[in-house]
Amino acid sequence: MYQFNVYRIGPEIKLGSVDISFTNASLFMVISSLAILIIFNLGAKKKTLIPDKLQLLSELSYSFVAKMINDTAGSKAKPYFSFIFSLFMFVLFCNMFGMIPYAFTVTSHIIVTFVLAAFIFVGVTIIGFMKHGLGYLKLFVPSGVPMVLLPLIVVIEIISYLSRPISLSVRLFANMMAGHTMMKVFGGFVISLGIVGGWLPLSFSVALTGLEILVAFLQAYVFAILTCIYLNDALNLHH
Amino acid sequence: MLKKIVFLLFVTCFACFNTVFAAESGGMPQLNPEFWISQIFWLIITFGILFIILTKVILPKISDNLETRKSQILENIETADKQKEESQKKIDEYEKIILDSKLKAKSYFNEAREKILDDINKKRAGLEKDLDEEIGEVEKELSDLKNKSGEKINKIAAETSAELIKELIGEEVNSSSIAAIVEDQSRINKERKDV
Repeated sequence: MYQFNVYRIGPEIKLGSVDISFTNASLFMVISSLAILIIFNLGAKKKTLIPDKLQLLSELSYSFVAKMINDTAGSKAKPYFSFIFSLFMFVLFCNMFGMIPYAFTVTSHIIVTFVLAAFIFVGVTIIGFMKHGLGYLKLFVPSGVPMVLLPLIVVIEIISYLSRPISLSVRLFANMMAGHTMMKVFGGFVISLGIVGGWLPLSFSVALTGLEILVAFLQAYVFAILTCIYLNDALNLHH
Repeated sequence: MLKKIVFLLFVTCFACFNTVFAAESGGMPQLNPEFWISQIFWLIITFGILFIILTKVILPKISDNLETRKSQILENIETADKQKEESQKKIDEYEKIILDSKLKAKSYFNEAREKILDDINKKRAGLEKDLDEEIGEVEKELSDLKNKSGEKINKIAAETSAELIKELIGEEVNSSSIAAIVEDQSRINKERKDV
């Protein structure tokens, strides 16, 4: 599990008694953010009628995310577009940078995904209460449920609502970690089986790399679209 | 044999797992809280900066760009429609001109044709009149000739017969009686002919 190790790069930085040193995880966060900023800045720089490659890429991503938000959360979610766009791009780039050999996968750490998910959870809850006041609690009382079942349903709804940040964060973290671990296991097989028996696990490793790239995109998409769905719950209260 | 191979495979797999995970100890690094605070701190910083720059600088540019493109395309479509309409109008005009000129040409043609026909008719009428006149004249001449020729023939016949008689009998015969006979004969001939 060496690939998941976090280690300090450079000097130890202390803020009071807490350690906020720059680590390899921080390095890859910075790299991902910089890559996003550079690509999209280059893509947004030229304003031609017929876009070049980078411009097309940035515009396609823009309309992709815009369509995703519009489809799941409706037009009311427009003010949150830039947040969801940044979130999607950040997770996507972190996942993709993790696919480079010897790179560190930021999203394979539960603490990172949990902070993102918790932020989304808190934000969505605040938005919900701001929009609907205490009426937001109606989210836990689905309409058309018999009175007898209501106490049980409300408890289940509350638990499912509270488990949202956990499920959101664990989904991303577990997917990334499992994929990288699997690739490592097959890579280890290649080494230990040697030149004679190593071809089969090697081909598996190659196939897994493709699969992992797909998963990297898919998990970023799922993360963003679940955020949209939670936002939809908060904005359009009709359970 | 097969059992042996399967068994060997299992053993190698087990050995592989052992060698692969021999170095691993202490569980998952993800659950080691040593760098949690650092990760949260750097996550907030990097994601915050990313979010702010994207929101303030880059995304407005992209959306602006998309909007201008959309409006420009709409504008272009509009002008294209307008130009199409105009060209349609021009085509209509052109066709109208062609139709008009065709009609004009037809009317000119008809006029000319009527004029010529008129001319021809007039000329033909004149010619026919002339012809009729000439035919009438000729006919008159012919009938005159016919009438005169009867008398002349009778006269000649009377003279010849008088001379013949003189030659034959050596005596002069009363010419009037001969003329009467000739006339009688010619009338009989004529009647015979008519019958």
